[in-house]
Amino acid sequence: MIELIANQYSYWISILLMMAGLYIVIDHTNLLKKLIGLNIFQTSVFILFISMGKIDGGTAPIIEEGYKVFSNPLPHVLILTAIVVSVATTAVGLALVVNINKRFQSIDEQEIEEIELEEE
Amino acid sequence: MIGSHYPILQVVIPLMAAPLCSLLPRTKLPWLFATTVSWIAFVISIMLMLKVNTNGALIYELGSWPAPWGIQYHIDAISAFVLVVVTTVASITLLASRQLVENEITATKHSLFYTAFLLCLTGLLGIIATGDAFNVFVFLEISSLSSYAMIAMGDNRKALTASYEYLIMGTIGATFILIGIGLLYMQTGTLNMLDLQVRIHEIDGFRSVHAAFAFFTVGICLKLALFPLHQWLPNAYAYAPSVVSIFLAATATKVALYLLYRVFYTIFGFDFSFDVLNLGYILLPLSVIAIVISSFTAIFQPGVKRLLAYSSLAQIGYMTLGIALGTQAGLIASIIHLFNHAFIKGALFMCMACLLTYTHSTRLVDLAGAGKTMPWTCAAFVVGGLALIGMPLTSGFISKWYLILAILEKDWWWLAAIVLFTSLLSVIYVWRVVEQLYFRRPRPECSYAKEAPPLLLACTWLMILITVYFGIDSSYPIQMATSAAEVLLR
Amino acid sequence: MTELGQSIQMNILASLLAPLAGALLIFTFSRFRGLIEVIFVATALCLLGVTISMVNLGSEAFQQSITLFSILDSIPIAFHIEPLGIFYACVASGLWLITTIYAIGYMNANHEKHLARFYMCFCIAMMAVMGIAYSANLLTLFIFYEALTLSTYPLVAHKSTDDAKLGARIYLGILLSTSIGFLLIAIIWTWQATGTMNFTAGGILENKLPDTLLMLLFALYAFGIGKAALMPFHRWLPAAMVAPTPVSALLHAVAVVKAGVFCVLKITVYIFGIDLLNTTGANSPIIWIATATMLLASLVALQQNNLKARLAYSTISQLAYIVLGAALATSASIMGSSLHLATHAVGKITLFFCAGAIYTATKKTLVSDLNGLGRLMPFTFAAYTIAAISIIGLPPLAGSWSKWFLIDGAITADRLIIAIAFLISTILNIIYLMPIAINGFLLKPAGSNCAIKEAPLAVVVPLCVTAGLCFVLFLLMPYVYDFLLLLNLQ
Repeated sequence: MIELIANQYSYWISILLMMAGLYIVIDHTNLLKKLIGLNIFQTSVFILFISMGKIDGGTAPIIEEGYKVFSNPLPHVLILTAIVVSVATTAVGLALVVNINKRFQSIDEQEIEEIELEEE
Repeated sequence: MIGSHYPILQVVIPLMAAPLCSLLPRTKLPWLFATTVSWIAFVISIMLMLKVNTNGALIYELGSWPAPWGIQYHIDAISAFVLVVVTTVASITLLASRQLVENEITATKHSLFYTAFLLCLTGLLGIIATGDAFNVFVFLEISSLSSYAMIAMGDNRKALTASYEYLIMGTIGATFILIGIGLLYMQTGTLNMLDLQVRIHEIDGFRSVHAAFAFFTVGICLKLALFPLHQWLPNAYAYAPSVVSIFLAATATKVALYLLYRVFYTIFGFDFSFDVLNLGYILLPLSVIAIVISSFTAIFQPGVKRLLAYSSLAQIGYMTLGIALGTQAGLIASIIHLFNHAFIKGALFMCMACLLTYTHSTRLVDLAGAGKTMPWTCAAFVVGGLALIGMPLTSGFISKWYLILAILEKDWWWLAAIVLFTSLLSVIYVWRVVEQLYFRRPRPECSYAKEAPPLLLACTWLMILITVYFGIDSSYPIQMATSAAEVLLR
Repeated sequence: MTELGQSIQMNILASLLAPLAGALLIFTFSRFRGLIEVIFVATALCLLGVTISMVNLGSEAFQQSITLFSILDSIPIAFHIEPLGIFYACVASGLWLITTIYAIGYMNANHEKHLARFYMCFCIAMMAVMGIAYSANLLTLFIFYEALTLSTYPLVAHKSTDDAKLGARIYLGILLSTSIGFLLIAIIWTWQATGTMNFTAGGILENKLPDTLLMLLFALYAFGIGKAALMPFHRWLPAAMVAPTPVSALLHAVAVVKAGVFCVLKITVYIFGIDLLNTTGANSPIIWIATATMLLASLVALQQNNLKARLAYSTISQLAYIVLGAALATSASIMGSSLHLATHAVGKITLFFCAGAIYTATKKTLVSDLNGLGRLMPFTFAAYTIAAISIIGLPPLAGSWSKWFLIDGAITADRLIIAIAFLISTILNIIYLMPIAINGFLLKPAGSNCAIKEAPLAVVVPLCVTAGLCFVLFLLMPYVYDFLLLLNLQ
């Protein structure tokens, strides 16, 4: 059991982060903290991708004498793109939160809900 | 020859146009530019469809890198069909949008709005055209991010919270899809969809493949707003600027549905999805619940845009119901409804946009008596509403006909009864609006209302005529859906 | 295409397009009140002319079908002419002409608003009626059936009061839910079982379904055609009485309800075939339900104090005669049903005209207030008496013929109980119809009523004409009988 955890610790880390991130998104009422949770959630997926490309003792894929075991570079490349996407998402999210704060004078989900209900 | 580059031009032209658009001055120019681009995209999609119809599926290798290393664009019958739907709706919407954007969005942001619109279009077209799983994720995020921005431009401050909610849900959905892609890549070492199909077949039985399937399904259903993952949709559609409501209602969920077809049928294959994992058992109850609950909820909505949004949720249920039947007839019914509903809902949201120009509200009570002052708009709404109900001579009837035929093929009488019963619910919610439009005294402040701007009205009627035309001569969608279903089930 | 084929096509198209053109003209000239009245009458005249020229085509024209276009693969919108359809078209278009004059008189005398909308919907409803009369397959029938429902909805809701809206909602709700919930499913089922939808002499269902399912299918059709007002789906008819009287007269005594029973007849004769119904016994549940409806509705009519409501329940009972005749499925009973379609139409339209005339002249709607009015409004009450006797079925008036054949049919079918039920119902007819006439003539008018005079000429003349028709039809009956023998039921 311990071996199972120890050998695949990278997966456990990403699962842990994933759950923590999702929990924050669901549980927190503060819009900013939700975004942070979302970031943690996305980061866990990045770790999942990166760790699967890594092989113990592997090197960059250079076809040359002396290089035998390669790590797969493709997941890294993919994740570079995914990070860009994640940054953009966060940026849009933050912009939204700033505007919400401007027009509702609050970034708390429950307070905003109450304000919206009053309007109706 | 330029003809051989159509698959990439379809996506790249709007992509390149988007940043250019943001540089244009604050005049009519951004509108003109975006509209032109969308019509070019429309022409390309028609060309692609004709090519696919004569030569079969097109494969385009980006930078001539061969698959599975390079990225492939892969246009077959289903993608060509959905491309045509998306570009048609986009070009009509953009053509109609000038007055709407001027009314609803601050003048300084016009060029940015059209930029976001073009980006969103790029994303949707990219999802359809690409044959690479990771590319799908990227385009999905391009379309989503730009739609968050566009929704947030709605003048009601609730648009901001709606957009935020959509952002959270949408990002979770997209990340789920990313996890699915990761797990598949781990197991197969490829991202090319056609390649994936072959390899998944070879390595049958791995847990991580099952997990990948689950992540894909949940992620896409979030984007598709299938019950119970639908909460973001009604607010997003209701508070977005009207142009955005039209475009998203008509295309965004349809593209998500397309993605669902791709994942279920192309990547994992029919046998895996339906025989090994028994997808039908999950999708069927969810679709039925979506149809019934959303139809009921729609009846009680005070705002017409929300009402239409809930009706969209129900219609999505019909489309997934077709998939859940697990037969070719069901899939055909689903694809036909995808096509028909895109135009029906687009037309109805356009009617709302017309009404909004004078009433400045889409609350049901505020629309009282508009039938008198805006006869053409309201007549369009009635026709569109009838199509939504599924009256004969409108395209909605064709959808319903094929869906029920597919259900009866399985001898599920109770399901046919439910589908017909929910059509009755749609009668109720459509009729609530019609009654308000025609049989109420107009509010005094609305009695000066005039007919919507001519271009907008013409576009609305164009959409309506499309739904009526395909209700009378349905051979085109049926033929396309049949060949698409054959491609998917191969 | 042969010369005959061409003239059939011309005629059928003309009978559909004439009312449609009338509707469009009325829409175009909606501001010119005098002009739209002229157009309205002219349209009715044209339609009658076309129908008469259709009769003159002769029996060679029967069963030649004309295909307009296909909306679903292999199911076209198609029309044909056959004796029953022509007969129904004659009844509807002939009475329409009289109603147009009456409607103009009534609407002007009662200062009703929205006249253009009213006349326009009236025209469209007549187009739908013609479409039903000439439809060559179930799909075409269904399309025009729904068109009739939808186009009459604005007529029922015409007064826009809360009562009118409620009545119209019940009207639309019941008619649409039965048609979508039962009729559509029955049609799709028929299509699935037989692969055809065409009305064919002798029926198409032989050896296609087991007897029990056949029984279910027949019930689905009988209830699905909500316009035939079989209990328990009869509530819409009294609800529709909120409409202005010309609407009640033409539509809810002639066109709409007769469209319902005409559909039942047509489906019995051309889809099931009377032999099949007799040999399998699939008709028995409907026989009993129709008998029950006939008697119960008569009993309810006795309780009604509102004249129009009493006439409405009387209509329900009389419609059950026709459905019963169809369900008995003997050649005599089908003949009786077909004749009753005309004789009841002429009689009931007169009664409704009288109710409208009384309302126009006195604003009275209750039976108990009508005592002694016969002396003040002699023409109206004389017409009422003639029509009532015709409906009861006494010679020398038209109603006697149809009742004769219906009872004959019940006896040939070896169902003596049904024949007795017909007789009981006749007695009930006397009890609820005659007292109004007797009290009208024999009692003294109440003091305040002395100033009452006949309604305007445009109202009184039509009702005298229709009352006269009750007698003329009695004399013409041999010709009508010969014409209907062309149905070739043996």
